[in-house]
Parts: sequence; C-alpha cells; structure tokens
Amino acid sequence: MAQYPSVEYLQEKLREGLSAEYVKILDISDSGCIGGKYKALIVAKKFEGKTLVQRHRLVNSCLEEELKGPIHAFSMKTFTPEQWEDRQISS
Amino acid sequence: MSIFVRMTQTLGRQRLLSHRFYCIAASGSKEHIEGLVKKDPIVVFMKGVPEKPMCGFSNAVVQILRMHGVDKYASYNVLEDEDLRQGIKDFSNWPTIPQVYMNSEFVGGCDILIQMHQEGELIEELKKLGIRSVLLDADNNKE
Repeated sequence: MAQYPSVEYLQEKLREGLSAEYVKILDISDSGCIGGKYKALIVAKKFEGKTLVQRHRLVNSCLEEELKGPIHAFSMKTFTPEQWEDRQISS
Repeated sequence: MSIFVRMTQTLGRQRLLSHRFYCIAASGSKEHIEGLVKKDPIVVFMKGVPEKPMCGFSNAVVQILRMHGVDKYASYNVLEDEDLRQGIKDFSNWPTIPQVYMNSEFVGGCDILIQMHQEGELIEELKKLGIRSVLLDADNNKE
C-alpha cells in the first residue's frame, strides 16, 4: 500500500492548499480495487459562497496530480466553518 | 451501414482502419460530447449501464435517480469507450466518473448528487426539468 499517498500527506496538502480549517481523511482502500480509495471531510472558509461543483473543483485541483494517478476514488464532503458548526449543533 | 460496406469495398483495408480510428477518436471530442449532453434533459456518463452498474459510485447515482422515480435518462458506458472516458473528463474538467448533466449543464459526480438528494436540492433541480420527484408524493402520503 506504500505506493499510494498517505492519509497524512493528503490531509497536509489539502490543509495547506485550501487554507482549510479542518481536514479529515479516511483510507478506505480494499483489496478489490486498484489504487487508493479515500473519504474526506473538508471544512474551509474558502468554500463560502461557492456551489458544490465549485468546491469540489477546488479540492480536485489541489490534488490534481494524485487524482490522475495513484488515487482511484476520492469521495468528499465539503463545508464552510459555519455550515459545519450548524451541523454539529443539529446532530 | 450500406455506405460503410461500400466504402470498405472500394477503399480497401488501409482506409478502413483509418476510418475506424477516426470514429473512435471522435467519440471523445468536444463537439461529440456537447451533442450528447444537449440531446437529452438528463445525461449520465457512468461505468456500466443503469441495469448493471460496474462501480459503486455509478450505482449510487442510478439508485438516487431511481428513488426519485427518474428512469428516463440517457446513459453512456465509458467502459465501452476509452476515448469517451477520457473525453468526458476533459470536457467537464472533472477527474472522475460518474458525471451527471441536467439541461446541458454539469451537475456533479456521485458525492454531489448524494448531497443534493440529502438536502432536498435534487427535487428542485428535477422540477426545473419538468420532472416531479416521486419522493414528493411519498412525503404527502406520510402526512
């Protein structure tokens, strides 16, 4: 599994690239898949006023190189700090 | 078809090969894909077919649409067309499959469709296409 980007590496790259407040990534790779499979939660002020497509595009461009190659699947949830707070309260 | 057969007879093997390459290359071209997304109100580029999706993410998109009672949409299997598979990624500037288009506009991939579904946004998007989500009726029955 060493050839796939590590969770720590991806988290750091996103935190820096998006000036994200919070990034949490889970490695959900399984033996049935070629390439790494990840699930991400990203909270960033940068997402404010942006549609889901625009937010995902920001993340995708930050991980452009990785998505072309070693990452097989990258599923994400994107929130602004405000949305994330509301969610914490309501859940 | 008959034109094609005639061509192969007159132009010979060499030409036939180049003609084939031309066909394959064209399916991933901007013009071709533009035509596909404009042709139908809902278009899904996926792995496999709606009856038998070949990937969990493509399956999720099919299931969400089904939940809303949407079964009439155009779908294109990128596993059967390598040129389309790359072409649609370039066209949408989006690195992954599935990809959903509504009203010729890129809506998103699997994650976005799931989130739109969870937040009720998908019902609104379908309404814009003149499609009434069956989930609305399900809600009414509960009340």
